[in-house]
Amino acid sequence: MRLEYFQLIDRIVDLDLAEQTIRTEARVPTASTIFEGHFPGYPLMPGVLLIEAMAQTSGWLVIAVTKFTRMPFFAALKEAKLRSFITPGQTLSLSAKLLHEGSGYAVAKADIRCDGKLACNAEITFRVVDFPNAEFRASMEKMAAILEFPMKALAHG
Amino acid sequence: MPSTFDTVANIISETCDIPRETIQPESHAINDLGIDSLDFLDIAFAIDKAFGIKMPLEQWTQEVNDGNATTEQYFQLNNLCTRIDELVAAKGAA
Repeated sequence: MRLEYFQLIDRIVDLDLAEQTIRTEARVPTASTIFEGHFPGYPLMPGVLLIEAMAQTSGWLVIAVTKFTRMPFFAALKEAKLRSFITPGQTLSLSAKLLHEGSGYAVAKADIRCDGKLACNAEITFRVVDFPNAEFRASMEKMAAILEFPMKALAHG
Repeated sequence: MPSTFDTVANIISETCDIPRETIQPESHAINDLGIDSLDFLDIAFAIDKAFGIKMPLEQWTQEVNDGNATTEQYFQLNNLCTRIDELVAAKGAA
C-alpha cells in the first residue's frame, strides 16, 4: 500500500475472466501519518480505507472484464461489514466477484481476509463509463503495470 | 405469475422506500417518483436480475440526450415495462 498515493493494493495475484473473479494482496504499512490520528497509541487501519481497498480490487476486475476499455467509478456501497481490526504491518488478501455487468454500471461483492480470517466484506456498485481522456487511461495503464495486471489474460478471456 | 408492472413496481417500492400504492403504470420514474440516477442503478440491477436481461440504459440515455427520444419513452413505467417485455422476448428468441 502507498497510502499517500491512495494506492490501497500492492499486486493482482489472480484474475479469472471466466469466473469473473479477482484476487489481490496488500500489506498495511508499518508507519503512516494516518496512524498518528487513527488512533494515537492504538494504530488501526481506517475502515474507509479497507472499503477503498475492496473498491480498488473490484474496480480492476471491472476494468479487466471490459477489456480495459471503460473506467469504473465507485457509486454505492451496501452491506459493508468491518469485522475485525487491521493493524500496521498486516498482510491482506482481497478478493472480488462480479455479480452483474449492467449497461453503464457494474455490481461486485468483495472481501478482505487477514490470516485466513474474514476481516470485512461489502457489495459495491460502480458507474462504468468511457475513460474521460487519454491521459487518464495512460495513468491507469501505468498503474496496471505496477500492480502486475495480467494484460495478456485480456486477449484470451 | 406477477405482471411485469407488478414486479417493477415492487422493486421500485422496496429499493426506494416508496409506498407501493403510489406507483402507477403512468408514473414517470424521475418526474413523478423522484428517483435519481443513483437509485435507478439499484432498480436497474434488480430488474436485470429479475428478468435475466441487460437493460440498455446507456443507449436510452444517449437517445434522450441526443433528442431522439423522450424520457417518457423509457422511464414512464408502462413504457419501461414494454421495453422490458421486448428484451425478455428477444432473449427468448435468441
